[in-house]
Amino acid sequence: MKDFNYHSAKDSKEASQLASSSSAFLAGGMTTIPSMKLGLATYQDLIDIKNIKKLSGIKVSGKSVTIGAATKHVEVSNSKDVKKAIPSLSSLAEGIGDPQVRNRGTIGGSIANNDPSADYPSACIALNATIHTNERKIEAAKFFKGMFETALKKGELIEAIEFQIPEKSSYQKHPNPASRYAIVGVYVAKYKGDVNVAVTGAKSCVYNDKEMSKALSGNFSSSSINGMDLDSSEMNTDMHASAEFRASLVVTQAKKAVDAC
Amino acid sequence: MASLVGSRVERKEDKRFLTGKGRYTADINLANQTYAIFVRSPHARASIKKLNIDKALKSSGVVSILTGKEIADDKIGGLIAGWAIRSEDGTEMKCPGNPPLAKDNVNFVGDPVAVVIAESLAEAKEAAEKVEVDYKVLKAVTSTADAMNGDTIHEGIDKNLCFDWLLGDRQKVKEAFDKADKVISIDIINNRLIPNAMEPRACVADYNAASEEITLYTTSQNPHLSRLIMSAFGNVAPEHKLRVVAPDVGGGFGSKINVYNEDIVCSWAAKKINRAIKWVAERSESFLTDIHGRDHVTHAELAVTKDGKFLGFKNETIANLGAYARVFGTVTPTYLFGPCATGVYEIPAAYTNVKAVYTNTAPVDAYRGAGRPEATYTIERLVEKASMELGIDKTELRIKNFPTAFPFKQTLVHTVDSGDYVAGMEKAKQMADYKGFEARRKESEAKGKLRGIGVTSYFEACGIAPSAAVMSLGCGVGLWESAEVRFNPTGQVTVYTGSHSHGQSHQTTFAQIAADELGVPIENIDIVHGDTDKGTFGMGTYGSRSLAVGGIAIVNACKKIVEKGKRVTAKMLEANPEDVEFKDGEFIVSKSNKKKTIGEVAFACYLPGVRDEMKSPLPEGDEPGLKETSFYDPSNFSFPAGTHIAEVEIDPETGQVKLEKYTACDDFGRIINPMVVEGQVHGGLAQGIGQALYENAEYDETGQLMTGSYMDYTMPRADNFPEFNIGYTCTHATTNPLGVKGCGEAGAIAAPPTVMNAVIDALGGQEVTMPATAEKVWKACKNLKKSNAKAA
Repeated sequence: MKDFNYHSAKDSKEASQLASSSSAFLAGGMTTIPSMKLGLATYQDLIDIKNIKKLSGIKVSGKSVTIGAATKHVEVSNSKDVKKAIPSLSSLAEGIGDPQVRNRGTIGGSIANNDPSADYPSACIALNATIHTNERKIEAAKFFKGMFETALKKGELIEAIEFQIPEKSSYQKHPNPASRYAIVGVYVAKYKGDVNVAVTGAKSCVYNDKEMSKALSGNFSSSSINGMDLDSSEMNTDMHASAEFRASLVVTQAKKAVDAC
Repeated sequence: MASLVGSRVERKEDKRFLTGKGRYTADINLANQTYAIFVRSPHARASIKKLNIDKALKSSGVVSILTGKEIADDKIGGLIAGWAIRSEDGTEMKCPGNPPLAKDNVNFVGDPVAVVIAESLAEAKEAAEKVEVDYKVLKAVTSTADAMNGDTIHEGIDKNLCFDWLLGDRQKVKEAFDKADKVISIDIINNRLIPNAMEPRACVADYNAASEEITLYTTSQNPHLSRLIMSAFGNVAPEHKLRVVAPDVGGGFGSKINVYNEDIVCSWAAKKINRAIKWVAERSESFLTDIHGRDHVTHAELAVTKDGKFLGFKNETIANLGAYARVFGTVTPTYLFGPCATGVYEIPAAYTNVKAVYTNTAPVDAYRGAGRPEATYTIERLVEKASMELGIDKTELRIKNFPTAFPFKQTLVHTVDSGDYVAGMEKAKQMADYKGFEARRKESEAKGKLRGIGVTSYFEACGIAPSAAVMSLGCGVGLWESAEVRFNPTGQVTVYTGSHSHGQSHQTTFAQIAADELGVPIENIDIVHGDTDKGTFGMGTYGSRSLAVGGIAIVNACKKIVEKGKRVTAKMLEANPEDVEFKDGEFIVSKSNKKKTIGEVAFACYLPGVRDEMKSPLPEGDEPGLKETSFYDPSNFSFPAGTHIAEVEIDPETGQVKLEKYTACDDFGRIINPMVVEGQVHGGLAQGIGQALYENAEYDETGQLMTGSYMDYTMPRADNFPEFNIGYTCTHATTNPLGVKGCGEAGAIAAPPTVMNAVIDALGGQEVTMPATAEKVWKACKNLKKSNAKAA
C-alpha cells in the first residue's frame, strides 16, 4: 500500500473541504482499504468520517426509517426499531458479508460505492429511498447511475438514507458461493397501489424491474410472475453464473420474496 | 494404570494454540534481518528477452537483487521430482530443469524471475515494481485434455508428455471385457484444487559466517527431507552445515511437502549477503505458487455380468503435472493412484494407464489423499452408474463384489492385511437410516425438491511406505521413520520424532503411546519434532504415515528402553534378566517380587556404580545413560477402509444443492485418541465435500488463474455442512504392533464420490462435473424436467 495522509473530520463541512480529486472518504473501509492494499486504488488523502456523530444512528417515524450514513450493518440488523418498521431491511443487513464486515462496513459506504452486486442499493430502490447529502436530497431512482457510479459530486457526502415504510417487503438473495455477494438479489416492496421489484447483481447496476412490478401491482402473488421469461441480453456473465441463469434467478428470487411477504 | 491409548486425552498443544502463543515461521524475527519480495512472471509462458535491475537497485533500502543468472553462476540446483516413473515402452520419464529463479523461460503465472532484498518489506515491494522484465509472450498450454496437442513447452519433451505409464495387463482385461454381459463406461474430470492451508508459506533464512552454517526456518511438513533435497540437489550447503527448522505450521495438506523456490533462494541469498532474510507469502502468492492438487481427465470402463459380478476394469487417465514435476508430482498420479483404482472390489482383470502432461499452470503435486481420491472417485462413480444401469441396489451391488477373506490380494498391487467391508457397509446403512430414504425422498418431492442418496465404499493405501517396495518402483528415498526416546536422569522423557505435526496433534497422541509403553505419566513426556538439529532424521508427515510408521518407531524405541531396563534391574536386584517383567512403569522380578520403578532405573543408568545406599551397578556390556533410537521400516502399507453415505436435497429452481445428511463409517484400525480422529475426519470431509460442491481452480486459455482469491475460489464454510454422523468399525492392522491404520486422508478420499453420487441420484442419473455448482445443477434440472415431460 502506498503512503497516504489520514484525516479525521469532525463534521461534514470539514470533510467536504478536505476532499480533492485525489482523496476518498473513509467509513468502514471495506472496499477502499483492500483496493489500496492490492494497488487497485491510490489516494493522497483519506478522510475518515466515522467520528462525525451526526452521521450515525437510526430514526424511525410513522412513515420512514432514516439511517445515518456511517451506521454499521450490525447496528441496522440489531435495531429493534428497524426490525419492527421494515423487517426485511434488518435481515438484509444481517446477510451482508461476514461478522467482521458487518461490524465495520457502513450503509453509506455501500451505497456510495454502488457495487453492482451489493445488497443495500436494492433496498434503496425498492423502499423509495431518499439519499440525504450535505448538499441536497436525491431520489434513489436517480442516484445509482451505473457500475460503481452514483450521482454524487466530488466532495459531496452522504449523510443519511431515508426509507419509506412499505406495507410488506422481502429481500431474497442467491449468493455467490465464494464471496457471498449477491449473484442475484431481489427486493420486493409493496406500497398502496404500487410494487417495486429492485434487482441487484444481475446487471451492471441495480434496477427496478418494470415488467415484474407491473404484474405484481395488478396481482400481488408469485403466480403472476411465475415462468416469466426475462430478457437476459444485458445481464452479467461470469464464472459463477451466466446471463441466462441470472435471468432465471431474478424471477425465482422475486417469487420467493413475494411468497415471504 | 489405565491405558491412555484409546482415550480422549485433551490436546497438549491447545494451550499455546488457543492462547495465541503458537510460534509460526512468520513470528520469527532475527537481528538485522532483511525482507525478500519475489518478482514473478505475469505470463503463463514466455521467454525472458531482457531483465533490467538498474532502476530497482537505486530504489531506497535495497540490499541486493538476485536473478536466475546468479543462481546459474553459483551452480544452485533446481527443484526436483522425487520419484522416477518409467513409461509402458520402458523409457524413463522426461523432466525439465526447474531453476529456483527462471533465467530463460517462465512457464506459469507466478514463476519467480528475481528476488529483491531490502531493509523493509515496503522498500522491497517498491523496488520490485521497478525491476524491468522484457518478455516474449508465447502461446500457453492450459488444458489437461488437450495438452498433448499443444505447443511444446519444454524443449525436447514431445507432446508435453512426461510419461505414459501402465499398471496391469491389457490382454487379460480385453479377455474379461469379451466375456462381459455389459460394459459400463464413464468420462470424468477430477477438478483441480488449491490446498489453501490457513498459514501461507514463509521462510526465514540466516547465515553464520563463523560456523558457516545456514539456518532455515520454513513452513515444511518434513524438515529433514527438505534439508536432504536442498543439500543433495540444491547445492545450498552440505547437510551438516544446513539446519532446517519447521516450527508450528498451520496446515499443509501436502502443499508443504515440497522444497520451494523461496526456500532455496533465501538460504542461498542469506549466505551471499551475510544477513538474515525473511519472506512471507501473501495469499495471492499462495494461490498462484503453492502446489495444486488433482486435475485428472479420465475415461474408465467396468465389465460386468448381468447379475452384477465385476469382471474387468480399465482406466485411461490424463494427469496434469503443471509446469514442472515436483517432489511427489510423478508418484501421485501413478503408484498412489493406479494400485487403488479397483477400489474395495474383487475385479479379476484391471489396468490403469496414465499419461502425465506438462501445462503452463502451477505445479500439481500431492494434496490430501494424493491419487487415492482420484482413484476412488472413478471407481465409485462407475459402480454407482453400474447399479443404476443394472437395476441392482447400490449397497447390494457393492457387497456382492467385496472380498470376504483377508489378507485380500488385489489384482494390481496391494495385499490388504485386514478389514471387514461388509460390516462397515451394514453399520453405515444403519447409521444413515438407508431404509428410510424413500420416505424422505417423498417428503422432499412434496416440497418441490429433488432428493438423492449416494454411497461410497473406499479403501486407501497409506502408512507410506515399505522402503524396499517403493524404491523398486522408483522412489528416490526410503520411507521409514525414526524415533529417539531419551530419559532424563530424573525420570522425564523426551521423544524425538522424524514426523512433523502441522495440525495432527502428535504432541498428544505420540505422548499417549509413549506413556503406555513406558508407564510414565503423560505430563512427564514431551514430543519434539520439526528441527534437523533435534532428532536423528525423519521422512516427515504425509500419506497418513505419522502414526502407522512414525508411531511404531516410537513404540520400538520404547521397547528397547524396556529391554535395557530389564537388564539393569536384574543387575541391581541380583536376578536373571529373563525373570524381570515390566508392567505399568515397574520392573518386577517374578520370583522375589522385588521391584524398581522405571524412574529409579533411569536414574541408575546415569549413576552407574555403588556408593552408600546407592547400588546401581550397570550390567557388563551396557553403557551408561538411557536413550534408544529406532528406525522403523514398515512391512506393508496400511489400509483404512469404510463406507460413507450422503443425502442431498436440490432446489430445481435455483440449482442449489443442500447436503442434508452425511454418514461416515470408517475402519482406522486401533484408535489412539477418538477426539483427534474426529477432528481429522471432519477436516477431511470438509475438503472432500468442498471438492464435490464448491472448490475449483480455473485457468483461462492464456494461463491466468481465474480463481486467485477468496472472491472466486469457494472455500467451504461451516454453514455448508450438516452435523456429521461419524462411526467406526475396527479391524486391527496385522502388520504393525499397534494395529493402527491412519485416518488423515479418509474424508477427502471418500466424500467427493459420496456427495456426487447423491447429487447424480437426485438428478435421475444425469452426469454433472465437480464442483456441482448451482448453475450446472439448474441446467441438469431443466433437462430432467424436459425428459420427464417427454416420457409422460
